[in-house]
Amino acid sequence: MTDMSIGRAVKRTEDLRFITGKGHYLDDFKRPHQTYAAFVRSPHAHAEIKRINKAKALKVPGVVAVLTGDELAADKIGTLICGWVIKGTDGSPHKAPPHPALATKKVRYVGDHVAVVIGETLDAAKDGAEAVDVEYKTLPAAVDTASAHKPGQPQLHAEAPNNLCYDWEIGDRAKVDAAFSGAAHAVKLQFVNNRLVPNAIEPRAALADFDAGSGEFTLYTTSQNPHVARLVLSAFIGIAPEHKLRVIAPDVGGGFGSKIFIYAEETVALWAAKKIGRPVKWTAERSESFVSDAHGRDHVTTAELATDKDGKFLAMRVNTVANLGAYLSTFASAVPTYLYATLLAGQYKTPLIYCDVQGVFTNTTPVDAYRGAGRPEATYVVERLVEEMAAKLKIAPDELRRRNFVQANEFPYTTPVIHQYDCGDFQRAQREALRVADVAGFAQRKADAKKGGKLRGIGYSSYIEACGIAPSAAVGSLGGGVGLWESATIRFNPTGNVSIHVGTHSHGQSHQTTFAQVVADRLGVPFESVEIVEGDTARTPFGMGTYGSRSAAVGLSAVSKAADKIVEKGKKIAGHLLEAAPQDIEFRDGKFRVMGTDKEVGIAQVAFAAYVPHNYPKDLEPGFEETAFYDPLNFSFPAGTHVAEVEIDPETGTTEIVNYSAVDDFGTIINPMIVEGQVHGGIVQGVGQALLEGAVYDADGQLASGSYMDYTMPRADNVPSFKVETIVVPSPLNPLGVKGCGEAGAIAAPAAVMNAVHDALRAVGVDKVEMPATPHRVWSAIRNAKKKAAK
Amino acid sequence: MYEFEYQKPKTLAAAADVLKKKKDAKLMAGGMTLIPTLKLRLAKLSHVVDLAGMKDLVGIKATKAGVTIGAMTTHGAVAASAAVKKAIPALAHLADGIGDPAVRNRGTIGGSISNNDPAADYPAGLVGLGATVVTTQRKIPADKFFLGMFETALKRGEIVKAVEFPIPKRAAYMKFPNPASRYAIVGVFVAETADGVRVAVTGAGGCVFRVPAMEAALAKKFAPESVAGVSIPTDGLNEDIHASAEYRAHLVTVMAKRAVAAAIGG
Repeated sequence: MTDMSIGRAVKRTEDLRFITGKGHYLDDFKRPHQTYAAFVRSPHAHAEIKRINKAKALKVPGVVAVLTGDELAADKIGTLICGWVIKGTDGSPHKAPPHPALATKKVRYVGDHVAVVIGETLDAAKDGAEAVDVEYKTLPAAVDTASAHKPGQPQLHAEAPNNLCYDWEIGDRAKVDAAFSGAAHAVKLQFVNNRLVPNAIEPRAALADFDAGSGEFTLYTTSQNPHVARLVLSAFIGIAPEHKLRVIAPDVGGGFGSKIFIYAEETVALWAAKKIGRPVKWTAERSESFVSDAHGRDHVTTAELATDKDGKFLAMRVNTVANLGAYLSTFASAVPTYLYATLLAGQYKTPLIYCDVQGVFTNTTPVDAYRGAGRPEATYVVERLVEEMAAKLKIAPDELRRRNFVQANEFPYTTPVIHQYDCGDFQRAQREALRVADVAGFAQRKADAKKGGKLRGIGYSSYIEACGIAPSAAVGSLGGGVGLWESATIRFNPTGNVSIHVGTHSHGQSHQTTFAQVVADRLGVPFESVEIVEGDTARTPFGMGTYGSRSAAVGLSAVSKAADKIVEKGKKIAGHLLEAAPQDIEFRDGKFRVMGTDKEVGIAQVAFAAYVPHNYPKDLEPGFEETAFYDPLNFSFPAGTHVAEVEIDPETGTTEIVNYSAVDDFGTIINPMIVEGQVHGGIVQGVGQALLEGAVYDADGQLASGSYMDYTMPRADNVPSFKVETIVVPSPLNPLGVKGCGEAGAIAAPAAVMNAVHDALRAVGVDKVEMPATPHRVWSAIRNAKKKAAK
Repeated sequence: MYEFEYQKPKTLAAAADVLKKKKDAKLMAGGMTLIPTLKLRLAKLSHVVDLAGMKDLVGIKATKAGVTIGAMTTHGAVAASAAVKKAIPALAHLADGIGDPAVRNRGTIGGSISNNDPAADYPAGLVGLGATVVTTQRKIPADKFFLGMFETALKRGEIVKAVEFPIPKRAAYMKFPNPASRYAIVGVFVAETADGVRVAVTGAGGCVFRVPAMEAALAKKFAPESVAGVSIPTDGLNEDIHASAEYRAHLVTVMAKRAVAAAIGG
């Protein structure tokens, strides 16, 4: 057998079924007598619903039902919720206006749900949806992030005057202001963190079934967290008591956060399934995904950094207006506050930080967590400021960073914005990154590029993220409505193979492989004999799901803890079988042995004895199964330095990334190949944000970039071959020492790429380009700089 | 997709007959535009008349005088054709840059020019080379074939059979792609032909157009610097979230310059 232990690049065992078309995605599921749902969606960004006439739709052949928000309300189905309450500067809770799954009086964004048509076939449902006659009175729309809360804007919700969800702050404003007024140097930047559309390859979908005999609902859905979906749909939305609702998320084709949330579509499908007495299936078309999956980012920020005469950071001051969209999505409120401003210290010893955030409602698709969620935005603030400060002070940007890094011997380090970093070695990661990126040879490469008429630039991003979310008590103290622990059951079967039931859910993270590696390693069982069970509330213990790079740091910690319990119980059984006291038994490589002897018994035999307890300790329960719940002691803090090198064609404005190097510290690595894949994917999404992707709304609130004809997804030819390395500083706070790697690339890359773009363009007098730095934008910036210079 | 009747006639005459008799019938060649349009319910047709399987419409014939490409020849076949690569390498290069491999293996030259998308590549190739469109009824010079946005000289029931390309002395096509769709934001085809220099631009306006000022400059001297100073007016150029009219006008000059350089270099 090849070595499948922790640290080995074991090939993904899920790939065979995926690449041979044997995976089970949501749309593959079908229930007897299934019907199909099509949603009538608002074509307007903001309008009153005057009248909904179903008559014509009901006459369409094959239409089973046409249901509206009034009926949903009459059946006392609750509105969609936000699970994290942010308290504003004045101490008041954020404004969470009702978010009905089907709109009643008003629609508030293009794509908002107005009615659902259930058909015998998908075509019948779609024909019916087109035939629903909705009379709207259109209203002016508030679309622009920066001005949504200013006077005179169209108002979305009576509950939220000036479209303000919250005005929140962290840090001591007076002290920060004082530090700025006494500082030798300061830089001030204003920029947009562009809105992104998640674009999971598998669109969202739901298949709802109601069993009138048992009164049980089953929901098949594309979820990163089926237990949370069940909890919200039962306890808050009121579909059914929790024990009468089973949620199954089969193979999930990507999510990037967008499949955390509990949306209107699955809510309506469940309700409709009971109402019509037949299963209801809905699968998003890509155009629907564009307008209805929660978007990401969308900040407008002013950021300032002050230093002393030597470039030592004294204070940071940040204001951000965060666009939350038309309604509060499930975790929307936390993303631009506690997942953002708490990371503004970055890798540096900035002693004073102040940040205030205005969360605003606009007539756009709701915005929520998207790969990195708040931390890419924070990294962009910090790393753009540092780079611009370095340019101003004429200090090499890597040197300026070193002058301010938290040093390896200073951990645990408490930042001025809540977090306590457990460990790290920022200097070492940077040193390695400079080597991998051959920074020493950059000047020559730049000179060569110049000969060919190209502008070459280099940019760094020394990021840190808080992931492995999160200690429940911390979450609760900051307004979160849930605990963020994780669970695992290790069940030995009588024949010695093992089923691991966990509360996380892979949507591309390879749990089937990495979790099995950990179990095989810890319990000494063959890798092939370990099965991972996820994604079904009836088959798994309650768990919070997969997001925030938490499955390894939190989920595998629960697995590890359950493995400890298995070993403890195994010692008692083995002690009996070997006629020794349990405390004299040691466990290694799958065998229980009486210490100092060669008397031993394998774990499979122990399992058999536990299930066929003919010769068994009298005071011990039969069975060989243990469950553990693990609540993390802290967030984990992956960190590293990424280096991007770009070449810009000044004639067309095209930016090519010619080199990209990353050195990350993810703590203990379970499978380096899978980690590398995660880093690659994250970088590509970060490059997408920096150069390619951007949701564009016109002034009327129509999504101008609502398809792949206009929304630029990154492709293989947009990125070079990455140079990816790691350093390992194991986290002392969890049993495996892991930190998490799922988001790092998306967090680090935008700042690295944009710093490189700005570095290249400084030579032609350009001081600012917004993301995405499209050819048109870069060309315009160069031309404007030329015009300015000519004046 | 709305319901429609699918027909696969054996002859062009039978296909033309359906088009004449059924007001909401449409021809399908590779279907690379039509199928997505139908799937998005942007078109409601009574009949889709599929030309697939008409072998007479597929193929590439090269003589000393020119290259004739059957209407149902795929972009992939044109891109890979040794005959095209030898006679008009710029045309093979153009075909190789259309869409992605899947599109190139289904999409056809006849379908592309009949649709006349303002950002499609082939219209620039046809006008730039001074090609002739052979239909079931007549021969139409490329200059008179493309009339406006999604509008051609084809009459109802008239079907493209082939395109005849004369062989230029030298030619090149340079495209600045839309980063999202990879259609042309601006594509410029430059050719030095027996009848003079031709410069055809796609993507920038509502329909492919020629740039007489560049043609005149290149006729005097076929060199990049001849067009470097020639800018085109922004009036009537497309504007969208990817490019302003001004940027497009600028790119026409840049792409023309690069096309000339490539034509000389190649």
